[in-house]
Amino acid sequence: MPQASDGLRAIDVDYLARVEGEGSMKIRIRDGKAEITEFGIFEPPRFFEAFMRGRLHTEAPDITARICGICPIAYQMSSAHAMEQVMGITVGGQLRELRRLLYCGEWIESHVLHAAMLHAPDFLGYQSAIHMAADHRETVELVLRLKKIGNDLVTLLAGREIHPINVKVGGWYRAPSRRELDTIVDDLVWAKEASLALVQFAASLPMPELEQDYEFVSVCHPDEYPYNEGRIVSNKGLDIDVSEYLDTFEEIHVERSNALQSVIKGRGAYLVGPLARYSLNFEKLTPDARKAATDAGLGEVCRNPFQSIIVRAVETVYAVDEALRIIDQYETPAEPAVPYEVRAGVGHGATEAPRGTLYHRYEVGADGRIVDAHIMPPTAQNQQSIEADLLSVVNGALDLPDDELQWKLEQSIRNYDPCISCATHFLDLEVDRE
Amino acid sequence: MTAGLPKLAVHKFASCDGCQLSLLDCEDALLDVVGAIQIANFPEASREVLDGPYDLTLIEGAVSAPGDIERLQEIRAESKFLVSIGACATAGGIQALRNTRDVDEFTRYVYASPEYIDTLDKATAVADHVKVDLELRGCPISKHQLIETVIAFLNGRAPIIPTYSVCMECKRNGNTCVMVAHGVGCLGPVTQAGCGAICPSFHRGCYGCFGPMESPNTAALGERWLELGIDREVIRDQYHFFNSWADAFREAGEAYAASE
Repeated sequence: MPQASDGLRAIDVDYLARVEGEGSMKIRIRDGKAEITEFGIFEPPRFFEAFMRGRLHTEAPDITARICGICPIAYQMSSAHAMEQVMGITVGGQLRELRRLLYCGEWIESHVLHAAMLHAPDFLGYQSAIHMAADHRETVELVLRLKKIGNDLVTLLAGREIHPINVKVGGWYRAPSRRELDTIVDDLVWAKEASLALVQFAASLPMPELEQDYEFVSVCHPDEYPYNEGRIVSNKGLDIDVSEYLDTFEEIHVERSNALQSVIKGRGAYLVGPLARYSLNFEKLTPDARKAATDAGLGEVCRNPFQSIIVRAVETVYAVDEALRIIDQYETPAEPAVPYEVRAGVGHGATEAPRGTLYHRYEVGADGRIVDAHIMPPTAQNQQSIEADLLSVVNGALDLPDDELQWKLEQSIRNYDPCISCATHFLDLEVDRE
Repeated sequence: MTAGLPKLAVHKFASCDGCQLSLLDCEDALLDVVGAIQIANFPEASREVLDGPYDLTLIEGAVSAPGDIERLQEIRAESKFLVSIGACATAGGIQALRNTRDVDEFTRYVYASPEYIDTLDKATAVADHVKVDLELRGCPISKHQLIETVIAFLNGRAPIIPTYSVCMECKRNGNTCVMVAHGVGCLGPVTQAGCGAICPSFHRGCYGCFGPMESPNTAALGERWLELGIDREVIRDQYHFFNSWADAFREAGEAYAASE
């Protein structure tokens, strides 16, 4: 690490590990005060919104899944809901429950992957979960099995864990039988205990102290912990329909970083993801998930971004509970999908990806082909909050040697489980530094 | 911690990360794999980066940005056995849909500050630029094929990767043919096996994730789709999907685009 003689200290992380995608950051510390000169990514542009124009609206779930291999279901859900709004149909009953069940699988898989295998090593000082396994083999074996059950649930419902193939506009290609779903119940019963153990493990980690005054934003439903449906609500007075998303949030161009970032118009940074969902929907968690959170030392609101690892574990408990509930009351629907007539129109969809609210908007022509597409992934929406966290962390840890400070900042970014391959909208190509 | 074992490197170009995630998704085998091979350079999984050369290198993603080709050549130079994994790395992937379009217009459409975006006009396969020792198809790859590749590498033998069509897997699964029985357009007859014929197993037609099989008769299949009453542009779109820049699918799609 360079230690310049003029009081300037530079921390450059050119390749940020253990995030899904590739990110980098540059921080300058001059005379005891930190400045972020860059928090960027080098995911090249992939132009999804551009090449989707002209494609059939029915292809949107399969195409947008390819934006992110970690949370393909979130993309399938947000796009399917948006297209169903265009077509004037609602997917209800058991078809809707199956979508929640599919999302349970993605949350389990993604949360356990991130919390236990990508994030936990930071707290314990390991380079990776593989290094961690040398000393914590039982824990790593437990989380691998737990993660596998999330993947197995997705595979059971939709064919494969990455880019599953069974979600369509209107519902499903094929609805599973009761007997098929029963095959995973024993695993889910085991997963309940394992997820509670994961909460305890997360709560036992040495926890950096940081309290941030976030504006939490998430999908909120009157009766359910949010997955697919609800209004967009914040702890600072926001309460809008999904169709008002682009009237409320905007992507701005920040000169310093040459990057696009999302803000609430006229107000600024906001936070989506586990902390926001948890803090806005605590009472809608299952009793066991609430108890696990309380036993882990969390209040009903969580403002410490490092504790997101505990919240992910708590949400895993919830996802297992919810999966068991859905399977228990499941009856095979008569038809796997709701039929519709193709029509032109505009549709919006916002659902809760593991790492936060994912918004899609489409305009479709009378021929059923996409005219216009707009996608706001969670990591782009969180970027300003990530930067605010980084500033707080660096200013509170200036005494650390460079390598330790660097690691701490990486850990702070990993609090967000940044799905950087999704977030090419705040692409920073390092055009001009210094 | 695992000195002396063969070194594994995993690199990423334009992609969704799903194919390299497949390695972490091998939950049952992961701890055995890392007991037999050293994770030497795999940033998605570990902060630690060990120096090359690397015995086995996996590359995910399409070549699509300035500097990619140079980076690829450096990776090739430090890799003994190089495997490109997934539709992006073997055929440019979904982002190859830009290849026949106006990329400047794309840039203005997606980005508020297009002047900061520097991109190539085409998204292409790794093998278009450097020598590749093995390709694993799929969007995403099959994790079973990935584990088979690692095991074969460790044992000094060729991996068993079938190049026949999805139909073979479909028959082995005992599926009813969706095209024969239900008139659903299916790319299974021209698509390479590897996925386990999951789409027909869920009552939908194959959409070609694994790209063209070894001897695809795309014209005959297209004619059959026409007989089923499927529009020419839908046939074109199906060939020009996740493997649009694989030669056989590119040409097949162009045939239906040109004769509209």
